[in-house]
Amino acid sequence: MANVKLTIDGKTVEAPANTLLIEAARRAGIEIPAFCYYEGLALQAACRMCLVEVEKAPKLMTACTLPVAEGMVVRTNTPQVAQARKSMLEFVLTNHPLDCPVCDKGGECELQDMVFRYGAGESRFLEVKQHVDEREWSPVVFYDRPRCILCFRCVRICAEGMGVAALGVVNRGASSEIAPNRGDHLECDECGMCIDICPVGALTSGTYRYRTRPWEMQHVGTICTHCADGCKTTLGIRNNRIHRGNNRDRSGVNGEFLCIKGRYAGDFAHHEERLLTPLVRSQDGFKPVSWAEAIKTVAGRFAEIRQRGGKFGVIGSNHTTNEENYYLQKLARTGLGTNNIDHHRTGDVLSLLRARVPLATTADLYHSKAVLIVGVDLAQQHSFLAYQIRANWRHHQARVYTVRRGPVREDKIAARIVSVEPGGELAGVETLRDDLAKEPELVILFGDAIQGEAVARLTEFGSSLGIPVKYVCLVDYSNSRGAVEMGVLPAEGGMTLPEMMAAGDLDALWVVGANPLRRHALAGKPFLVVQDLFLTETAQAADVVLPAASAYEKSGTVTNVCGEVQRLQKAFETPGTKTDLEIFGLIAREMGLDLKQLGPWTPSAVFAEIARTVPGYDLPVEVLEAGGAVQAGPSDGLPDAVWAPVQSAGDTLFTSGTLGRYSKMLNAVREAPGELYRA
Amino acid sequence: MTFSPELEAKFEKLLKSYPPGRQRSAVVPMLLYAQDELGSVTGELVEEVARRTGITPLEVNEVVSYYSMLSRQPRGKYHIQICTNISCLLTGGEELWEHACRKLGIGNKEVTPDGQFSLEEVECIGACSWAPALQVNYEFHHHMTPEKLDRLIDNLRKAV
Repeated sequence: MANVKLTIDGKTVEAPANTLLIEAARRAGIEIPAFCYYEGLALQAACRMCLVEVEKAPKLMTACTLPVAEGMVVRTNTPQVAQARKSMLEFVLTNHPLDCPVCDKGGECELQDMVFRYGAGESRFLEVKQHVDEREWSPVVFYDRPRCILCFRCVRICAEGMGVAALGVVNRGASSEIAPNRGDHLECDECGMCIDICPVGALTSGTYRYRTRPWEMQHVGTICTHCADGCKTTLGIRNNRIHRGNNRDRSGVNGEFLCIKGRYAGDFAHHEERLLTPLVRSQDGFKPVSWAEAIKTVAGRFAEIRQRGGKFGVIGSNHTTNEENYYLQKLARTGLGTNNIDHHRTGDVLSLLRARVPLATTADLYHSKAVLIVGVDLAQQHSFLAYQIRANWRHHQARVYTVRRGPVREDKIAARIVSVEPGGELAGVETLRDDLAKEPELVILFGDAIQGEAVARLTEFGSSLGIPVKYVCLVDYSNSRGAVEMGVLPAEGGMTLPEMMAAGDLDALWVVGANPLRRHALAGKPFLVVQDLFLTETAQAADVVLPAASAYEKSGTVTNVCGEVQRLQKAFETPGTKTDLEIFGLIAREMGLDLKQLGPWTPSAVFAEIARTVPGYDLPVEVLEAGGAVQAGPSDGLPDAVWAPVQSAGDTLFTSGTLGRYSKMLNAVREAPGELYRA
Repeated sequence: MTFSPELEAKFEKLLKSYPPGRQRSAVVPMLLYAQDELGSVTGELVEEVARRTGITPLEVNEVVSYYSMLSRQPRGKYHIQICTNISCLLTGGEELWEHACRKLGIGNKEVTPDGQFSLEEVECIGACSWAPALQVNYEFHHHMTPEKLDRLIDNLRKAV
């Protein structure tokens, strides 16, 4: 669209026609204050903080609803505008309790900032302030009516951003208030978007409320360890404890988006059942031992088995870092001399990498003109990807196609919906051929319903459309993709995970950050070493249990579902635990392995080796160091790796494998464990 | 939830009066007509209107709680609304209001124990030229005095 020229505060500003005045000013470095205006959401025009003088207009205009026009002359710094702002703030404060000293938002409150800059120190209102008690709408969301300034941000982010519409505004005038969808309580995603977007302290979270002050925490930006979407979460840490997670600075691929897991499910790290000391099995159960003794026990047995040419099995994790995965497979292959290494495969990344087709980024989901979702309940399993697609539909009118076994949230925004029986996904996709071929471009997302041969057929279908097509293979957990690309897979001749579990003749089985006994029975009696945070089913059967650090307690990189590599930042420590990487190093050293060949066990050194040796991972370290995301690739398709069937863990919004079982918040919400359409 | 055939016919006409996908436009008239039949806006009614217009019960509740002529509480058979806005106030609206309260023994938005009368103090009802004015259900009564009000209430009681 053509640009128009206008004048704001004497400054000539150029902006595309139809730009809102508030945005044009913002881009020119002139701030027009507003509460209700929020980039990306529908216009509300409720707060009247953005009033400005426009020449030839009879009265002040709201800059948030006024499109710029050629020759427009705007003034934002006149006494009249200052008076308007002051008066609006006086209004907003009519019933506001001014309880800033105890309010969660104190110190990072937009109302505080506005009153500080534009407000009046005195109020002319003499009336007694209306008081309404705080209400608990769910274990996550609390509402404090007197603090609310009725900007409707929460209502809009829930309806538009999340597609849930769990919040509304009831009553009118001074007794208006935000209301939850179930009268006195909420039934929703419990994501906390409403809480974070609240400019004041009206909505507070069960995790953070009245715990600490914003300025007393360290704010550490790291990557959420739950699902594979790779959202950046900024953890608020005080005294080695997570007090909240949010992403208000919109860093990371997810902008300000986070679901309940990224915001409130970090509490697993502080669960009282967290393993804090190594355990060695004796006649009467587990005996707590020192780290030195535990490492000695493991290394001693490993060395002895190695020496006599015994059989090892190694099961890696889909939520440890790339560095850990890489080091583990190298240690297994060169140190233990075994090719029996695998992990719980939740999506057929391997087949997709082998198809050598373009892979989509999370940003592509927001920009692509069309999106096809095959065989997955995206809003439940990949809430960030679903959020991106919803935003794309809202902002760019993207056409969304769903092929699924039952109703999903994406149906509401779908151009076409195809219902299929289990196994009928590919045939369902085929029925969309004519529609899809008319699209200028397409991103196809698929879950574990498409695997093996079906992946090849799906990509052939995509290629035959004659349009640019990109793909996302949906996987669970924070680093499933990385586990594949780092080679936590058997090469030809090696055993897969189910084969290892069923073998019966393994001398040692080393399980890192995984719980295979939940799905498979273990045949035979191998020497079982388990590294984990909790005494899982697998750890309970172990001979040695080594307490591992969580992703929030370590550095390194992880690769999300779209292949975007991002850096973890260590946020705090849980004394007694060690990172998996350090445990690997200590075992290797104790075994007397060739440390020169294995290399140092620091994340940066291992990453440097990954960059040299793993195709697609020669990534700009500066970008990662700065907290950015870079898509890995192209991959060589891991020609040596053995293919095996995959199965999604089927986690919902409120479950997250083992970690989810130990998150009190995830289990406290009444919606838990949520429903998948195929359940 | 089922309604009288007359009301069902009204609903059907209303829902057809708006373009496809805009059925929420019918929410206010549907609620008003249904309230006349049921005596109040019940939770069941909210759910039903939400279902028929394709919006959430919360969205219907937003409307119900916003408009003062929609009431979640049952009203009397005769709902008396007395204006105490400026024109009526200057011509004795306030005295009329106080008289009504004493006469019926109830206050604002209350119902007599027999369920026959309810009272509501309202803002301007658009009858300033004939102030003070009041409204019984949909009927207007102009140039009211306490005496005329007594007669009105007595007659309504007899009609009961």
